Amino acid sequence: MKTPDILRDFGLGWLDASGPHADIVLSTRVRLARNLQGHRYATQADAGDREAVYSAVAGMVDTPVIPAGFRLLRMGELDAHTRRIFLERRLVSSELLSRKRAEEPTAGAALLVCHGDPVTIMVNEEDHLRLQSLVSGLSVMQAWSMVDRLDDGIGRDLSLAYHPEFGFLTSCPTNTGTGLRASALVHLPALVLTKEITRVLEGLDRVGLTHRGLYGEGSDFVGNFFQVSNQKTLGRSEEDLVEHFGNTVATVIEKERRARQVLRGAGPRTEDLIWRAYGLLRHARLLTYRDLMELLSGVRLGVSLGMLPSPRVSALNRIIIFAQAAHLAEAAGRELDASERQAHRAQYVRRVLEGENGSPTTDTGS
Amino acid sequence: MSELDRVCDRPNCGNPAHVHLTEVVDNKMSTQYLCKSCAEEKGLNPVSGQGVDVAEFLEQLTRGEEVGEASATTEPCAFCGLSLDGFRETGRLGCPHCYTTFEPGLRRLLNRIHGAARHTGKVYLPPDPAAAERDRRLDDLRRRLQSAVDTEDFERAATLRDQIRDLEPAGSP
Repeated sequence: MKTPDILRDFGLGWLDASGPHADIVLSTRVRLARNLQGHRYATQADAGDREAVYSAVAGMVDTPVIPAGFRLLRMGELDAHTRRIFLERRLVSSELLSRKRAEEPTAGAALLVCHGDPVTIMVNEEDHLRLQSLVSGLSVMQAWSMVDRLDDGIGRDLSLAYHPEFGFLTSCPTNTGTGLRASALVHLPALVLTKEITRVLEGLDRVGLTHRGLYGEGSDFVGNFFQVSNQKTLGRSEEDLVEHFGNTVATVIEKERRARQVLRGAGPRTEDLIWRAYGLLRHARLLTYRDLMELLSGVRLGVSLGMLPSPRVSALNRIIIFAQAAHLAEAAGRELDASERQAHRAQYVRRVLEGENGSPTTDTGS
Repeated sequence: MSELDRVCDRPNCGNPAHVHLTEVVDNKMSTQYLCKSCAEEKGLNPVSGQGVDVAEFLEQLTRGEEVGEASATTEPCAFCGLSLDGFRETGRLGCPHCYTTFEPGLRRLLNRIHGAARHTGKVYLPPDPAAAERDRRLDDLRRRLQSAVDTEDFERAATLRDQIRDLEPAGSP
């Protein structure tokens, strides 16, 4: 029940809330889907195809193509606990771990990762390569530039599946062309409370952006967290897609900020909601993850509005990751059953809030 | 569960859900997944709903309704063996060659999904490129450079200039 030290802090850079609008936009992710010429994709691939793709990527490690410090980790060689840690940090998808959840990871499934670097590559997921960067706040251009540079290097080394008319060829036709998916995890409590959210989400749909809950397709909108991403990947340049996405999310942020001002002027109800959420988190003895996310939503709103003096946004980000099941088990040094987990979660949150009490809120973003 | 295998939320319906409806009632947000006819009963127009319904289009493809030259596209892919039925089932292509195998129908599908079927983004430069591939890439980089200069993104312009310099044959201006 211990993740090797060397793997411990992968994928946590965005938690520091250093990016623009980090109080509303938790993180921005940009991914590029790429496939190697001459090998079948996931649904048709056999172990030979997958191992060939793995070897091609392994051959680039410790060459100028992949920056120094990157390690290629085979999912099959990590224990189940460490794989769950990576999943909870959104470094890998459940699809990479196995096509059917109960099975062992499929042959060749791997993650290319480096300490302190927001860029990772999933190997042998739905596409052979999924290059992605995960950064704090709304920083779409920055996130894209990082994967774009890496993509240029890889493309010079490996023959990628590309068609002059259709662009980069992917397993799913919804990714064909640029293979670029930008997504932002946004917190929109004021738009939900003022009942503006339906109109905003419809507006996103009309301009080609789609939305999901915190945990991807089909998941609920727990804690007023939404994942917004572009739907179209073909017929526009990467620069256009990235700019359009960034501008649209910026408009949503502006609407959320305006709605927050409405709430602030609407009497003591908002303040009560925020302090109740804080009080429950500060004193609860049992917390489900869903309860936690709903309460964190109120506290996050309170911090952003300056109604709560603490905690910092970065501490709230940390709680989202470290109060998940595998992270709690990691801290406890053993597996926890469901009720133990609720108690450990509540205790962890109390401790963080206690530690944060009175510390200045210096990183609420701009 | 992927959007493709969702079933309509209406009791006793069971049709594949193509419409994703988010509502806020009494500050509670709920999402419903509806099939086309249940959505229409609720007065919703699925065309303006959640993007394109790929599953339904693929059904039409296999029934031959969308593909005039159906016989040309019902042969499985010669490289990976994927059949049109297999494509319909998973919504996933099996290899780069599938794009040629299923081309006429696929072009229409891409048009439905993206509103376009022609890539206008990054031009890929393979290892050991032919002269024509190099020229296409250079044209693309120059176009991007111009747009970076137009939008005063000088950091990006500098990177693009370096990339152009690396690609230009030695001795050219």
